Amino acid sequence: MATYSTNEFKAGLKIILDGDPFAIIENEFVKPGKGQAFNRVKLRNLKTGRVVDRTFKSGDSVEAADVVEVEMQYLYNDGEFWHFMKPDTFEQYGADAAAVGDSAKWLKEQDACILTLWNDVPLSVTPPNFVVLRVTETDPGVRGDTSGGGGKPATLETGAVVRVPLFIDVGELIRVDTRSGEYVARAKE
Amino acid sequence: MTAAGPGDGAAGRDWRPAASAAVLRLRADLLARIRAWFAARGVLEVETPLLSAAGTTDPQIESFTTRYLGPGAPQGRTGYLHTSPEFPMKRLLAAGSGSIFQICRVLRQGELGPRHNPEFTLVEWYRVGADHHALMEEVQDLVSAALGGYRPLAAPERVSYREAFERRTGLDPHRASPEALEACARRHGLAADGAAGAGAAPDAEFWRDLLLSHLVAPALGRGRLTLLYDYPASQASLARVRLGDPPLAERFEAFLDGMELANGFHELADAGEQRRRFEADRHRRRARGQASVPIDTRLLAALEAGLPDCAGVALGFDRLVMTACGARRIEEVLAFPYERA
Repeated sequence: MATYSTNEFKAGLKIILDGDPFAIIENEFVKPGKGQAFNRVKLRNLKTGRVVDRTFKSGDSVEAADVVEVEMQYLYNDGEFWHFMKPDTFEQYGADAAAVGDSAKWLKEQDACILTLWNDVPLSVTPPNFVVLRVTETDPGVRGDTSGGGGKPATLETGAVVRVPLFIDVGELIRVDTRSGEYVARAKE
Repeated sequence: MTAAGPGDGAAGRDWRPAASAAVLRLRADLLARIRAWFAARGVLEVETPLLSAAGTTDPQIESFTTRYLGPGAPQGRTGYLHTSPEFPMKRLLAAGSGSIFQICRVLRQGELGPRHNPEFTLVEWYRVGADHHALMEEVQDLVSAALGGYRPLAAPERVSYREAFERRTGLDPHRASPEALEACARRHGLAADGAAGAGAAPDAEFWRDLLLSHLVAPALGRGRLTLLYDYPASQASLARVRLGDPPLAERFEAFLDGMELANGFHELADAGEQRRRFEADRHRRRARGQASVPIDTRLLAALEAGLPDCAGVALGFDRLVMTACGARRIEEVLAFPYERA
C-alpha cells in the first residue's frame, strides 16, 4: 500500500479517506509554539465533488489513491454507459451516470475528454473547455440584429440549453464554453 | 551572482525580496521601537550562542543540527542551532545579569506554513522579581508601544486557559476525559486523521492541543491582545507549577488576530524538577522514535547555583509585524522567506 506523509501534502495530491478518493485542495501547517503540530487540509471528494476540511497530525501518513487523469475520445452512449477510448491503445472504458454527471450534456462523439480513473475505473469526466454544437431548437433568428443584447434560449444537439444572441438560427453551429455554459461565437462547418 | 538568467523560471525571479519596501521599513521601525522600549526600562540587551552543545529536549520542538570540525574537535562534534535563547539567558540571570532582553534569529526544524518559517525572529526577555502576571502587563505594554499608530487596539483582556477553553467547547480542560475531548473535536468536524499512520493513541494532551489550536485560539485576540494564563500542568514546559486542585502551570500566551504571539513563564528555578522534566522529555522522545538530544547540563548547573525569581517571555517578532500591517502570511513580512533563502 502506497502512503504519503503529511510532509508530502500539496494541492493536487490524491489520497484515500474513509474508503473514498480525495484530492487535496489546500494544505496548511498549524502548530502551537509548544504543542502538537497539525496539517489542516481542504479536500475534494472525487466521487461526490463535496469539499471537506480535515485535520491530520503532522508526521502521520495516509493511503495514496491510485487516481490518474487520461485523455480519451468519447465514442457513444448505450443508454446506461458512456463509452470512451484511449486513442493510443484503443482500450475502452464505460463511465456510468454518476461519473459523467453534468458533463453528459456537452459530450459529442469524437471529442477528446479527460477521464479521471480510480483503480482504473472512471470517477469523473471533464469535457473539452470549448465544444462546437449544432442548434436544434430556438426561436426564429432576427436578421440584422448583431447587437447580442438580450438573447434567447437555444437547445443544442446534445440536449444542453444555452443563451444565444437573437441572430442565431436552427441548424447553425456554435462554440460554447463548457466551464461557464456560455455561448462564445458562431462556428463554421 | 546566480546561474539562472532572466526568465529562467522561479529561480530567475525569486531573487527579489518577498516583503515590500514599506514592510521592510515597518520591520526596522518596530525593532527600533522595541529597543527604545527596553532602554527606557533599563533592561540590558544581550547576545547568546546560536550554536550550542545541547538543544531543547521538548518533543514538540525539533532542533537543526550541524557539525563543528576543527581545533578542539578533530573528529567533529554535533552542535544544535538554538530554537530559543532561553537556556543561555537563564545562565546569565543566574550569574547576576539582572533583567535582560535579546532580539535574535532562532531555527526550528519542520515548521513551514502561513505562520511559520523555519528561521524566525524572537524578542525574548526576562524580568527579575516578576511573576507571570507582572510580565503579562509588560507584554501588553510592549505590544501597544510597538503597534501604536499602525493599528487600533482595544483594551487587552486576560482569561484563564480554562475559561477560554470552556467558552468555546463547554468542557473543563483540566478534568475532561480524552473521550469527551475527542467527542467535542469530532462534533466540530475536527477528526484527527492519519488512517494509515501509527503512533501512540491520542491522549487528553493531544485533544487539548487540537481543540485549542483549531477552535479556541482562532477566536482569541480579536481587535485586542488576549492573554491566556494558567495552563494545564502537563503543558508546564519550563514554567513553575502551582500546587492545587488541579495544579496549574504559571505560563501564559498572548494572542492577537487569532494568532499566538508570545509565550511566557514564571520561570522554574528548581534544578531537580528541571532535570526530571528533561528526563521525562527524553523518555517521550525515545518512545516516539525521535532523535535523542543531550540535556543542557550547564543550565542545570546554573539553576543549582541559583536562578533569581523571574518571569520570561518570547514574542514572535515576525508575527507582530504581520499584525501591524495586516499580513496573512509570514512570507509577506520576511525579506527572504525559506522558499527564497
